Amino acid sequence: MVISLDNALGIHSQALSLYSQRSTILAANLANADTPNYKAQDIDFKSILSRAENKHSGGTKMSATQPGHFGSASSSNFVAERLYREPDQPSLDGNTVEVQKEQAAFTDNSMRYMATLRFITGRVQGMLTALRGE
Amino acid sequence: MSLLGNFDIAGSALSAQSVRLNAVASNLANAETVSRTAAGTYRAKHPQFETIFSDTLHGRENMGVRVKNVLESNSTPIQQYQPEHPMANEKGYIYLPNVNAIEEMANMISASRSYQSSVEVMNTSKQLLMRTLSLGQ
Repeated sequence: MVISLDNALGIHSQALSLYSQRSTILAANLANADTPNYKAQDIDFKSILSRAENKHSGGTKMSATQPGHFGSASSSNFVAERLYREPDQPSLDGNTVEVQKEQAAFTDNSMRYMATLRFITGRVQGMLTALRGE
Repeated sequence: MSLLGNFDIAGSALSAQSVRLNAVASNLANAETVSRTAAGTYRAKHPQFETIFSDTLHGRENMGVRVKNVLESNSTPIQQYQPEHPMANEKGYIYLPNVNAIEEMANMISASRSYQSSVEVMNTSKQLLMRTLSLGQ
């Protein structure tokens, strides 16, 4: 068994990166709550993370047969494409930010970030216990 | 780390909203500024916001907000017939600014609420960053 930190932390390191990206997008939505014609954005967290999970569990990978080919994305350049939110109550100035929804999403995202941090801390502490052998 | 970008975004929102609050304060302070001519009357000022994009490795993202320009209201000043007023012109008229106090108060509440939510974003991001820095301890 090859011990690598990436495997030890599992999907959580990618989830953490994705949560921090999502928090930036939601912060931008809140910042632009009064900007005319601003369209609120978000990411499809589930599909992006399941893609990462496939990659993580050694699922389908793109093979690079030519020197110019890009390899499959690693966790370091793990980027979510942005989608536009469908507003419940569109406003006349073309802005689609609904502050209460964005705030709820931001808080939810922060809680999930905290939870993921706890998972990683647990894994790290498990490894430390194994290393110390106490 | 993209959490650090939250501070830029929320910071840009704070400065944009403070410009808006400043404009409201100026409009309300000048609501009773009497003028001799229609052209010389104070006009209500309204800042206009726009989104700022910054180019990163992954394309255009990291959006904040800034004040594009400050527009002056083009509604006509209020003309009043007050011949005894010291600022009255030869026909006995004075001109009052077109400031709508109710509109300004609503604007002020909206600006302060937006300011508060940006402060909240900053606080939460700070907490998340501090927790991330103490990871594994």
